[in-house]
Amino acid sequence: MTHLDAVPLWVALPAALLLVLGSGLTLLGAFGLARLQSFYDRLHAPTLGTSWGTAGIVLASVLLFSWLEGRPVLQELLIGVFVMLTTPVTLMLLGRASLHRDRAEGSAAVPPAGNARPADRGTAGADGARGAATPPAWP
Amino acid sequence: MSRLVPHPLLSALLLLMWLALTRVSLGQLVLGALVALVAGWAMARLRPARPRLRRASAIPRLLGLVAWDILRSNAAVAWLILTDGRHGRRRSGFLRVPLRLRDPSALAVLAIIVTATPGTAWLEYDAETGVLLLHVFDLVDESQWRDLIQTRYESLLMEIFE
Repeated sequence: MTHLDAVPLWVALPAALLLVLGSGLTLLGAFGLARLQSFYDRLHAPTLGTSWGTAGIVLASVLLFSWLEGRPVLQELLIGVFVMLTTPVTLMLLGRASLHRDRAEGSAAVPPAGNARPADRGTAGADGARGAATPPAWP
Repeated sequence: MSRLVPHPLLSALLLLMWLALTRVSLGQLVLGALVALVAGWAMARLRPARPRLRRASAIPRLLGLVAWDILRSNAAVAWLILTDGRHGRRRSGFLRVPLRLRDPSALAVLAIIVTATPGTAWLEYDAETGVLLLHVFDLVDESQWRDLIQTRYESLLMEIFE
């Protein structure tokens, strides 16, 4: 821990604040995931950790290690980019699966499939095609 | 777009990433270039719709807007979790947003924005009608959320991609 003693206050203070912000948001997200009642509400809580929760910790790391090594250390930003790009895939998958299940069970709490289209036939097939149409189009 | 390097931008970014994650040396350069080339060929086999950027100059504006909005909604959702949803008065719900956006790449970016923002979750997009189904954590005013998606993000994305 001796090399951390050399860190001046103007680096240590913002780094510590960012670290507390990031880990605090992640903790709140985990807390929300455990506490919230419906599945769809719970979808929102972990995104605290994957957005500014990650960003805060990553920025703190960039700041501290850039100062310690005397050069810009930026590879941590890649963590943030990849977390940002990959979480939507999982969340959409979970959300759509839950929606499909609730509709199959005839739950009144979720909106019906399609938009003012009475025929429900072939929804699963169309869903698969639609799901494939959006995410892999990322360059 | 030669046969050897079908996706030059993707390959260049992969090579840069490889060098950032290892060290800059001739060996790593060769290895990284190899990985980037193979990834480019694999991508070409998938034949994705090639994204066309019409106005790349608007991308920094979009990034800044999104970073700020995500920070704000982080604070809002964190506050709602802490106060137990304004002491049980928070109402979440589904929301349909008709979109004019049709470009698959632009829709993918919108999906990332909507999902990365705490408080909104992308559930379903109907490619035929162009209607997006969202779940909103704190649905006070439906038209306000619709407005947020349509005027704040959709119009900017249309400017960039279409």
